[in-house]
Amino acid sequence: MLQLDAVTKRFGDRTALDAVSFEVGDGRLTGFVGGNGAGKTTTMRIILGVLAADSGTVRLDGSVLGAADRRRFGYMPEERGLYAKMKVAEQLVYLARLHGLSRRDAEANAAELLERLGLAERADDTVESLSLGNQQRAQIAAALVHSPEVLILDEPFSGLDPMAVETVLAVLHDVAKRGAPVLFSSHQLDVVERLCDDVVVIANGQVRASGSRQKLQDDNAVRQFELLVASDAAWVREMPGITVLDFDGGYALFEADDDEAAQAVLRRALQQGPVASFAPRHRSLAEIFTEVVK
Amino acid sequence: MTIADTRANTFAQSAVLVADREVRMRLRSKAFIVSSAILLLAVIASIVAGSVFGASAASSVTRVAVVGDSRSFAQIASLDVTEADSVGDAEQLVRAGDVEAAIVPGDGPTGIRILALDEAPAALVQLLSVTPEVSLLEPADQNGSLAYLVGLGFGIVFFMAATLFGTTIAQSVVEEKASRVVEILMSAISARALLAGKVIGNTILAFGQIVLIAAAAIVGLVITGQDALLGDLGPSIVWFVVFFAVGFVLLAAMFASAAALVSRQEDIGSVTTPVMMLVMIPYFLIVFAWDNDLVLTIMSYVPFSAPIGMPMRIYLGTAEWWEPLLSLLVILATTVVVVLLGSRIYSNSLLRTGARVKILDALRG
Repeated sequence: MLQLDAVTKRFGDRTALDAVSFEVGDGRLTGFVGGNGAGKTTTMRIILGVLAADSGTVRLDGSVLGAADRRRFGYMPEERGLYAKMKVAEQLVYLARLHGLSRRDAEANAAELLERLGLAERADDTVESLSLGNQQRAQIAAALVHSPEVLILDEPFSGLDPMAVETVLAVLHDVAKRGAPVLFSSHQLDVVERLCDDVVVIANGQVRASGSRQKLQDDNAVRQFELLVASDAAWVREMPGITVLDFDGGYALFEADDDEAAQAVLRRALQQGPVASFAPRHRSLAEIFTEVVK
Repeated sequence: MTIADTRANTFAQSAVLVADREVRMRLRSKAFIVSSAILLLAVIASIVAGSVFGASAASSVTRVAVVGDSRSFAQIASLDVTEADSVGDAEQLVRAGDVEAAIVPGDGPTGIRILALDEAPAALVQLLSVTPEVSLLEPADQNGSLAYLVGLGFGIVFFMAATLFGTTIAQSVVEEKASRVVEILMSAISARALLAGKVIGNTILAFGQIVLIAAAAIVGLVITGQDALLGDLGPSIVWFVVFFAVGFVLLAAMFASAAALVSRQEDIGSVTTPVMMLVMIPYFLIVFAWDNDLVLTIMSYVPFSAPIGMPMRIYLGTAEWWEPLLSLLVILATTVVVVLLGSRIYSNSLLRTGARVKILDALRG
């Protein structure tokens, strides 16, 4: 388990991170969301030791991280890039060896990964000669080639073509399944919502919410329901304890004071005729996010 | 194994990996191979040319026709004397090209006159001239023009290697910043290990090239029979190599740190110019002031010019035995300070892309 405890970082007068604390559980896909400049990249750089925190600690399984521990981390920075003039396989082997792997292990890992990402045929081509899509795959390979035990990805989906997105998704699931903590940041809240077990919301350098995505959604749930009936649903407005938020012919979105009031609406709808659907409305992560960071 | 050991190991391993990559990538570059080959050929060509011209000058024999008493001229080794019966015959021989010149009786104080076709035969004239005796009150240990050439040689080799590999290291630093690969590197190894690897790798390359040039020069001198020069030069070449090794590390660290301040290849010039000046000044000093004792003495202690200045003084025999050691200490101490400051600048600038980083900000972190 990766734990951040009161991590603070200042750049001059500006406080980039203000006592940031959260956890990334083993085998949990954790989404890290926040606006531009909220502190995501700074946090990740501190986890990787690329930047030093002014105060606070980062621990892995209870012990404070050192350089040797961090070599087992996989990292994909937001600013992508590899050596343009180096061959793909050679470059992966080099990076794996910088992470402490023996030459033989590095070569075996690189070959296996290139095979899996469909890059085996381009192994001896220079990175600059690859298509953009293949360059992105090579970048993914660079984060994984040393079989990392913790994976930190900064905006892994930005700029990816749909095929590469699927590749990254598959890889993330695989790594998490092996029991590694996986933290990734994203602007695409729908992806985070679909994918993540846990969510950390950061704004202005402060953690606004963290924990299981389900719990976050439950905690921020409101009693809103959607009703779709065959006939006109104008009568919903007259029901006691009901506030209609949106209305269009047979469709009504309403908020109920309590569950009983909502059930009364359903009973009335069934009396009136066939009901196409009646469901509590889940608020999307995007909505919750906007509210939480306010 | 203690934690400190592991860390030292990791540092050394990382630096070696980085150095290894620097060397391999450079050896793969056609531009590097071609420029090295040209430099090597130029050195070999100049040695061979020197030997050919030297030989032709020493062994050239001038064919002359002599009218009258030829015995005194026949004793001069570099003259191939043909006897002519009259001035007219001698003139014929000159015109026909059988001889280069003719020595005939003349009216002047020397009593001889030289006939030549279209140009005064300078070598012959000099041969037959009277040279006054010269006594030097303070004879120099070494031949003056040779000393100048030796100084120039040290200057050029140091200047070329420093600029060539200084530029190389600066480009390789900026390449990593420009391509953003540096953040991945820094997540695996420390900025210090990265800097150390780069400095080591490029020092090895610079050294390799210089050893190759030196070897070619020595082999060339021996083969062409000019090995007498070697004995005089030996000690100063050895000291040059020692000073070069330390001096190059100093410069390489400066080039790398300067380059870390910028993020684009186009901006390299603006930050490396001051460092380039530090390399150029000793080069010009040695060209213009190679025979000035005071300038040389100062040069031999200033860290940036010591790799040229001290070997030069050793060659001239003006340095005491302890002076190169003292100078080496000065340069080593400077190198330690510069490497420490440099690695701080380097670490603090690597992740700042975009505008040029101010050096004070980089030092402050």
